[in-house]
Amino acid sequence: MSTIANTIFSPEMAARFDKLVTIYPVRRSALVPMLLYAQDDLGYVSDAAVAEIALRIEILELDVRNVLSYYSMLRTKPAGKYNVQVCTNISCMLRGGYEILDHCKHKLGIGHKEVTPDGVFSLEEVECIGACCWAPAMQINYDFHDDLTPEKVDVLFQMYKDGQGKDVK
Amino acid sequence: MPDVTFTVDGNKLTAPAGTLLIEACKSAGIEIPAFCYYPGLSLQAACRMCVVRIEKMPKLQTACTTPVAEGMVVQTETPEIAQARKATLQLLLGNHPLDCPVCDAGGECELQDMTFKYGAADSFYAEPKNHREEQKWSPVVYFDRPRCILCYRCVRMCGEGMDVFALGIQNRGSSSVIAPNVPAQMSPDDLAHVDCEQCGMCIDACPVGALTSGTYRYKTRPWEMNHVATVCTHCGDGCKTTLGVRSTSDGAEIVRGDNRDKSGINGDFLCNKGRYAFDFANSPDRITQPLVRNSSGVLLPVSWEQALEHVGKKLRELRDTRGGKSIGVVGGNRLTNEEAYLLQKFARTVLQTNNIDHHRTADYVSFAQALAGTTGKAASQRDIEKSPAIFIIGGDPTNQNPLTAWNLRSNVRLNKARIYIANTEEIKLRRNAKAFLHVAPFGYSALADLMSGDDSTLESLVQPGTNKQVALDFRAALRAEEEVVVLIGSELRGGDLKKVIEFGTKLPGRKFALLSDYVNSRGAADMGLLPDMLPGYTPITAGSNLATEYNIATEPGLDMLEIFDAAGKGELSALYVVGANPVARFGVDPAALRNTFVVVQEMFLTETAALADVILPAANLYEKSGSVTNSYGDLQQVNKAGDRAGVRTDFEMIVRIADKMGANMRALVPFGKGLHADMGQTRGAQSGEADRHAVWLTANNLEPRLSPFDPMAILDEINRLVPGYSLLRLQLLSGNDQHLSPAAPSDLVQITNRRDLVLPANDGLFTSGTLGRYSAMLADLQQNAASRTAAAEQTAAD
Amino acid sequence: MPTLVSHPDEVKVISRRFGMGATDIDKYVELDGYKAVQNAIAEGPEWIINVMKASGMRGRGGAGFPTGLKWSFVPKQSEKPKYVLVNGDESEPGTCKDHVIFLHDPHAVIEGTMIAGLAIGSKLGFIYLRGEYRYLLKIMEKAVADAYAKGFLGKNIFGTGVDFDIITQSGAGAYEVGEESALMESLEGKRGVPRIKPPFPAVVGLYGGPTVINNAETIAAVPHILLMGGEAFAKLGSERNGGTRLFGISGHVERPGVYELPMGYSLRKAIYDVAGGVKGGKKLKAVVPGGSSCPVLTADEIDVGLDFDQMGKAGTMLGSGGIVVLDETVSIVEFALRTISFYQHESCGWCIPCREGTDWIKKTLTRVHAGGGSKKDVDNVQYLAENMLGRTFCPLGDAAAMPTLGFVKKFRKEFEDYIDGKKAGTPIITVDQLVGAH
Repeated sequence: MSTIANTIFSPEMAARFDKLVTIYPVRRSALVPMLLYAQDDLGYVSDAAVAEIALRIEILELDVRNVLSYYSMLRTKPAGKYNVQVCTNISCMLRGGYEILDHCKHKLGIGHKEVTPDGVFSLEEVECIGACCWAPAMQINYDFHDDLTPEKVDVLFQMYKDGQGKDVK
Repeated sequence: MPDVTFTVDGNKLTAPAGTLLIEACKSAGIEIPAFCYYPGLSLQAACRMCVVRIEKMPKLQTACTTPVAEGMVVQTETPEIAQARKATLQLLLGNHPLDCPVCDAGGECELQDMTFKYGAADSFYAEPKNHREEQKWSPVVYFDRPRCILCYRCVRMCGEGMDVFALGIQNRGSSSVIAPNVPAQMSPDDLAHVDCEQCGMCIDACPVGALTSGTYRYKTRPWEMNHVATVCTHCGDGCKTTLGVRSTSDGAEIVRGDNRDKSGINGDFLCNKGRYAFDFANSPDRITQPLVRNSSGVLLPVSWEQALEHVGKKLRELRDTRGGKSIGVVGGNRLTNEEAYLLQKFARTVLQTNNIDHHRTADYVSFAQALAGTTGKAASQRDIEKSPAIFIIGGDPTNQNPLTAWNLRSNVRLNKARIYIANTEEIKLRRNAKAFLHVAPFGYSALADLMSGDDSTLESLVQPGTNKQVALDFRAALRAEEEVVVLIGSELRGGDLKKVIEFGTKLPGRKFALLSDYVNSRGAADMGLLPDMLPGYTPITAGSNLATEYNIATEPGLDMLEIFDAAGKGELSALYVVGANPVARFGVDPAALRNTFVVVQEMFLTETAALADVILPAANLYEKSGSVTNSYGDLQQVNKAGDRAGVRTDFEMIVRIADKMGANMRALVPFGKGLHADMGQTRGAQSGEADRHAVWLTANNLEPRLSPFDPMAILDEINRLVPGYSLLRLQLLSGNDQHLSPAAPSDLVQITNRRDLVLPANDGLFTSGTLGRYSAMLADLQQNAASRTAAAEQTAAD
Repeated sequence: MPTLVSHPDEVKVISRRFGMGATDIDKYVELDGYKAVQNAIAEGPEWIINVMKASGMRGRGGAGFPTGLKWSFVPKQSEKPKYVLVNGDESEPGTCKDHVIFLHDPHAVIEGTMIAGLAIGSKLGFIYLRGEYRYLLKIMEKAVADAYAKGFLGKNIFGTGVDFDIITQSGAGAYEVGEESALMESLEGKRGVPRIKPPFPAVVGLYGGPTVINNAETIAAVPHILLMGGEAFAKLGSERNGGTRLFGISGHVERPGVYELPMGYSLRKAIYDVAGGVKGGKKLKAVVPGGSSCPVLTADEIDVGLDFDQMGKAGTMLGSGGIVVLDETVSIVEFALRTISFYQHESCGWCIPCREGTDWIKKTLTRVHAGGGSKKDVDNVQYLAENMLGRTFCPLGDAAAMPTLGFVKKFRKEFEDYIDGKKAGTPIITVDQLVGAH
């Protein structure tokens, strides 16, 4: 039972949020993770999510937006079901990160921060994801894939398309 | 804090330990540039302009965050520092639109000034500048993003200063932007807006032209205006506002109000009314010709001479035939002290009537009587900024007395002051309060009992279902405070008001103030626009210097309601209304005045003016000189800023009517005194010119008072005769406020059982009595607020 | 899944349990886990701090501040609660060492956090992981839950009467949050903008309470140090640089990976022996030795020991231990552009020199790289970087300026070749990125 009537989140997420605000010395500490989890639940941080989170944290919606717009993983528009995030930072770049990105663009037919028409994939060029020693690397949602080659990317895309990709949340 | 000694640019300086270096330098006349630093707001260290070299520190340090320390050695202007500042400016200018020729801030811009100083004129970049369209956040706040240098002053001013939090910082890095609280996608018109108190403080704080004022933008250049410091006409707080004025074909138009020079009793503060609602003065609806009703009942324009002749003759005739007691006089809350004093003197000595009143917005008579015989018990507005504790009973300063609210918030923020609030409403200031006592409806009487130690009415004090102990704890906490300013709203009157004050005066360290509604509501009462009180709350029934000098009847006159009752009964031969709208305010039946000769001095065709036989077009407070007294008893000088061809000041009109009635002018206005000279005052005593002469003359004890139109002549008399108004002339003329505490003479019999005629105006942020409706900007803001509320309700319903 | 690598020159202290299934709490206990913390409870705060001081441990986040000293700055008495913060916001390009710690030895992080808490008198620790490390956060969350289940965390831990709690926290994408005070802001639910210092976290930190904040690797090393003794750990390393650390070797090497090497180990050997030399037998062009913010070393500058002091003497930094190796084919202009693009994207925007400086350097280098540069552009880039250096609100400005200056000074001719039209790059930065990510 959520403490917020008519919550827009799934019952599990609402229950998680009910607890989340209670574990910190200060309620507001729940904000950043809550935004990210809300995005996991809804696909993006909608205006309705902003409103409900403001209520939950007991801060102004403006405060939520100030924070929301700061963190680069948070988005206010829907992404694809599988958000492909290709790292092109230095270690990945040296080992073909840009070739991987280009291959993804070509393969998916979309550019940076675009979504495929069927909504299955979206693509993003991202900064270092901490997989430098296993470059080039990318994340599909939260799942890491490293030592990439264009061929490996093709296999991965097919796997996800077939619903066999991992979906860490 | 003990003092420390340190060296800046070779000068040995001393300041209390903990003082910020930038402030310590400022006190010593060493200017350190800064964008983000703003005294009284939280520190940012973001703009990096205030960097200085401190010995033994590896990097340049920000003077705005460095406290001075013993033995510190500082350089503030070395080539290294100049280069750092120059580079920072170059970076800012890289994306700055450099539209200074059309920018409102041009000529008053801190970025311009610093660029000029550090010579960051060269450009390195081939890339196009980032351009964004300007945004209209509200009728009064516009945002030009490319001009913004991200100093965050506006964000802090709105949040920390105003406790509104309508502005935020969004995105990051070079995409960072100041964002208002209603994003475009949440707005019916798909544009971002700001849902706030519309005070415009963000605009004053903005060091550049990123935030501009809806009333001023693109209208003129700063150097094309005269800047006149005067007092805002709206609420009773008495803020100084600097009016930017330029000439027009029919006078002088006010184009801007601000307080960027931070002078006056209000420091940096000004609310939306002081900032924008001067526009009534420029209204095309103003009456600019005297109007006299002809035999067929139509108001027709006539010459001033004809109108005054008519009024003088008629009033004299009615006084002589039906007696002074058949004449009623109603004064206004926006008159100067000199005008109010002159009006009651004219009524009492020329019209020979005590039937005089004004729209009372607080019970100053009871206030003065309760403080009778005490000294130093009346609080000044300045006490609100520094008293360690403040007890607010009733009222809603945020909406009704915005400067008071600002000072309260600042005091909490900067001095950790403790605020105690007892109110029937959950007013916004409770957010800043240490304790809030939610008083039950109609519970102020019981609150007065509680404060005076009588617990018998506790039941009707607290909200139903609330533990009464809350109220007792509240009182105990208050009593434990050693120094308290008791700020009283107009809800408390008569016996209740006296109970609160009289008990408080027995405790040490207590001071009191009573809040009222308009710029000179307090002055109107102090100056005796009352049927039973002479100036200085001297009861008319008792013998006094004033009564003797005036040689007047000692019988109290009719009060406001009695005047209109008399009219209804056909007993009022004439009604003289100066700057008031009693017909609307008190719901007077127009038919009641059918057989009364009504003279109204007004700017607009108000409900009262519409019933007049003669309307004399009046100047407003921004078009005259004199003095006003705020709710607290702080006296300030009013200076003529605007002008409108065809109108006259109330002061002049009273004098001219008296003259036409054949009164002894030297008795009414003690001018002349043997000195006869023009002194170059060819533009008349009402112009700003005369005041400048007066400063010098006064300093040399040569104040001229050359004409019966010189308010200074009346101020002399106020000074001489009104108890508590022994003011310092040079303080006044140099633009400083001075605190007066006129208390009723304690040795005189006090009248009890006076009728409660206080009618609070209940103005909010965007209304101002009758005047408000003639301000297009206030009307816009009301509509804007209404549409915001409607949008919010719609969203909630969705 | 990151592959585990190994080399005979490695000295495995922190990585001792990697690949041994230590994510399982029983396995961790079997491998001497949660012994150090019990010793610490028995011996007391002073002992812990003395061991840490003796170990010569210097912060593995990059600044290299002595850990024992840092802990000793926390006031013993405090009205406000004290906190321990573990910085797992690993985001410096070229760095993935904390990644493997969370993956292989989460309990070491927990145990280290507890010991830090005991040392300063704190009862609550936070382990903050960057938002991208969700799968590692899951591992950490499970480890914490297991520790609670065993009574190792919570009230009366190990039956000693001591209480200690740990909260794991996720970031949401911001390099700047790796700065200690920005991390506190983020943990308080705010924008990840650093705070004005002083006051320093040891005095006024999280929620205004005294706070110790350490890098995840530093924390993970603590139980090992307590078990082996401070002096023994110190002896593994070089002068004033105690112990070992995890080096992530990436880029153009044969065997990229995270290796644990003694402090002071030769950079040349790290590249040529440990990581198997330059990939495909190509010539070495340059090395970015400690994460992208460290000034570049040229091929003939790599005879230097990998510790804070020797790297400093060589005009660069040990940083986060992320060694990025560039072979002869790499365009320094492109590399410099990619580096500044990162800092431009991650600048929090708070102060003018960093916000505007990174943006203008990026714009200028973009144009130079695309063949539209002019003669004065190289000087301008250098001027911009020099005027950011030491002038910004937090170290991010320096982190952007230092490598830029390194590239421009050491490889100036490459930039000039682009400007003279001798070389032109394919644009790697797309227009939509130029306009800004938001």
